[in-house]
Amino acid sequence: MSQKPPSDILDRRRFLGAAGLAGAGVLLPLAAKAGEAAKPDPAITEVQDWNRYLGDGVDKKPYGVPSKFEKDVIRRDVSWLTASPESSVNFTPLHAIDGIITPSGVCFERHHGGVAEINPAEHRLMINGLVDTPMVFTMDDIKRMPRVNKVYFLECAANSGMEWRGAQLNGCQFTHGMIHNVMYTGVPLKVLLEQAGLKPNAKWLMLEGADSAGMNRSLPVAKALDDVLIAFAMNGEALRPENGYPLRAVIPGWQGNLWVKWLRRIEAGDQPWQAREETSKYTDLMPDGRARKYTFVMDAKSVITNPSPQAPLKFKGRNVLSGVAWSGRGTVKRVDVTMDGGRNWREARIDGPVLDKSLVRFYVDFDWNGQELMLQSRAIDETGYVQPTKAELRKVRGVNSIYHNNGIQTWLVHPDGVTENVEIA
Amino acid sequence: MSRSLSLVAYLAVAASVALPLSQAIAEKAAPKATKAVATPTAPPPMPVKLGLGRPALPEEIHAWDTDVRPDGLGLPPGKGTAKEGDALFQERCSTCHGEFGEGVGRYPVLSGGLGTLKADRPDKTIGSYWPDATTVYDYIRRAMPFGNARSLTADEAYALTAYLLNMNDVIKDPDFELNQNTLAKVKMPNAAGFYGDDRDTSEKQFWNKAPCMKDCGPAPKVIGRAIAVDVTPDEKAGPKVD
Repeated sequence: MSQKPPSDILDRRRFLGAAGLAGAGVLLPLAAKAGEAAKPDPAITEVQDWNRYLGDGVDKKPYGVPSKFEKDVIRRDVSWLTASPESSVNFTPLHAIDGIITPSGVCFERHHGGVAEINPAEHRLMINGLVDTPMVFTMDDIKRMPRVNKVYFLECAANSGMEWRGAQLNGCQFTHGMIHNVMYTGVPLKVLLEQAGLKPNAKWLMLEGADSAGMNRSLPVAKALDDVLIAFAMNGEALRPENGYPLRAVIPGWQGNLWVKWLRRIEAGDQPWQAREETSKYTDLMPDGRARKYTFVMDAKSVITNPSPQAPLKFKGRNVLSGVAWSGRGTVKRVDVTMDGGRNWREARIDGPVLDKSLVRFYVDFDWNGQELMLQSRAIDETGYVQPTKAELRKVRGVNSIYHNNGIQTWLVHPDGVTENVEIA
Repeated sequence: MSRSLSLVAYLAVAASVALPLSQAIAEKAAPKATKAVATPTAPPPMPVKLGLGRPALPEEIHAWDTDVRPDGLGLPPGKGTAKEGDALFQERCSTCHGEFGEGVGRYPVLSGGLGTLKADRPDKTIGSYWPDATTVYDYIRRAMPFGNARSLTADEAYALTAYLLNMNDVIKDPDFELNQNTLAKVKMPNAAGFYGDDRDTSEKQFWNKAPCMKDCGPAPKVIGRAIAVDVTPDEKAGPKVD
């Protein structure tokens, strides 16, 4: 791609510009102009094609896809972020989805050596190192073990990382879209480890992928025995290739890089490996020139997905503010929303399941009279952790730590409904 | 609440197709289905040994277990010098990383940057940032060259590691032999530059029982706009996620 903004953003700006020129008509309810006789709506009075002609038969789409009118609800990438698309990231269209489950086809991707295409019949999982018996498992072996179903968020450690120095990308897809939340089906890692028998001095595990990046990370045994899963399914079907087919690690609440995809080997050891992905990368540089390492947990965070720059306000009067919140430390207890940049807050309504280390969906139903809004959301988790402002984070960490930016996001809503990513003070 | 009741009723009707009436009624009385959604349960109890999988053979472990730890555990037999690594680096690596590891375009810079970690724009390279020399060897052998991983021999990986340490002035002598015994003893400039996650203490102010809800300070002003950055910082100034 070129050095230009994604074309959809340009298109949107053009659209918004045109809407602005068209005047307040966009913002007024249909047929509400005083003194005008209401005109019949041709969408009702004329017979539509779909009302007259036959639609597709059941043999047309053995595996369905979204309506063509939803063609913009897609993953997007920002080409200048990385040197190559095979070691890069794309973004979940958070502004265009609802509820808490991310559709598999738009779950963001992060690869370090492209998508490995693996024949599951040839996939093996090895467990070796400080174990009684090094073991090899086939996918068939793993699918014969007791399994569990869990909904968890997976957030890239670098989610919002481009925003450390200030507002940069215009849309929650880009500022917060390195996240997805799906239901995993898999086997507790504990069960697999029991087959090999961990030796008492095994304190760390190394997870390794089968892809060309050979992704490897060190994981404390205590976490592995607590809630880590080895998953083969997401949202009821096999993992997608880009999400680790046929097997991946699920490390609830912890940074996405640890969730090794195309998992082929687990080694037990008595100390961490200091792999590239936990020294050069995924270490957080602090103002004194030293860096935090093993910053595993993703702290409480939230973002308003609607309105947002890609989903501006279109109507005066009744509106729905919507967003997602999550915490790697447990469940989200509360989400507060402000419309005046943090001077006054109200508690949002959380709707849908509230699960451990999962997204929750929140709403504020509100009336808008066209005034400027400074929207923010603030998540509070079950440990009492309150999502901080970006200024509060920078005070501790400076602006070069790259990862773990969970600062409060501000959207500025203009009187014409256009919404932009801003920093306020 | 009415919604969950109707769901229970629906499940009871669905169940009655397959179950005797008495069971369907019991289902109706105990709304288990909705509760299961809200309260995840613990993994089912299970026998420790399931009789699944098989012991791994030594040849299989040897083929896959290439990882290397800072104490040298996992380093294979072999050797190489920076002088030997130079030619190999120019042939296999310089297209992306530059002749001296200075990086081409957006590809990673591997050398230089010493003393920049407190700077406004730190240059985090092998020499300026990486804590362990063993990681260089592990990563090269695991994942490089990009697009042709695992194509290097143990000796070639030692030679390339030696060249990169030489370009970073960590190994001064281009004839110094890096091998199974010497690599783990190499001291990196930033070896002491890392500490464990301390957020629980250094950020304990973020746990707050009563965050402000009303009249929380003066009216804020906009101090930065993404539109002003226009989504396209130039490629050197742009943030990296590689």
